[in-house]
Amino acid sequence: MPQEEITLNPDKWIDNYADYLFNYAVVRVNNSDVAKDLVQDAFFAALKSAKNFQGKSTERTWLVSILKRKVIDYYRKINSKKGKAEVRMNFYDDGENEGSWLEERVPQSWNNETEKDIENLELKNQLDTCIDNLPEKYALVFRMKTIQEFETEEICKELDITASNLWVIIHRARTQLRKCMEDNWFNN
Amino acid sequence: MFKKFKITCDEATTICDKSQYKEASFIEKLRLNWHFLQCKFCKLYSIQNNKMSLLFGIKAADCKQHKKCLSKADKEKLAAEFEKMRL
Repeated sequence: MPQEEITLNPDKWIDNYADYLFNYAVVRVNNSDVAKDLVQDAFFAALKSAKNFQGKSTERTWLVSILKRKVIDYYRKINSKKGKAEVRMNFYDDGENEGSWLEERVPQSWNNETEKDIENLELKNQLDTCIDNLPEKYALVFRMKTIQEFETEEICKELDITASNLWVIIHRARTQLRKCMEDNWFNN
Repeated sequence: MFKKFKITCDEATTICDKSQYKEASFIEKLRLNWHFLQCKFCKLYSIQNNKMSLLFGIKAADCKQHKKCLSKADKEKLAAEFEKMRL
């Protein structure tokens, strides 16, 4: 039996899909204002390309695919604008003892017991501050992998990076976060 | 033979991070454990890394609980812009 062809109904887009699309975007970019702009751009792009809609997917799937492109464009903009300028903390020797801990950056024993403080609101706030202080690209990959729990493959595809790149970024992000929490919470 | 297992602290901690997501291979884990026998700093990093993962897990659970929606005002603004575009 032939499947019923789906048609677009732009009059209902805002009511039916704005929240879903906003949630999709905000999870990925972690910024409400950017997410709102991306949703608006996606609706505009959808309107422009409505004539190309073939009715093979649902309206929502089609709108999500357009938003996804907008999110990827945003990621790429971040990569090209800030990738070169970002200053990262170095933890390992790049001279004679290449890859060994730098003396001043070796992990220190922690005074505070994590288990005891784990539900502490201040602790969570400090963690948020440390994540916000990461270079934007590190924060983005870290959030997608660790907080939103996306699959490695999915992140690589969305950000157009290799798995090796991803693990280097995750490693740098986590090393900086560990240090930030050590300085501002565990040994503060 | 053990030369094959020799890795730097940078490589060891990268594997350590990867293993927090259960994505380190068997060989990588062997190399990591061999490295731990010789490096107390990476061993300490690993212990603290487990604690950090616990923290990240709580943060992830918090985020999942809060579904985000547009405010009424945002929707109205979006609808107005959208209408302008359609004209």
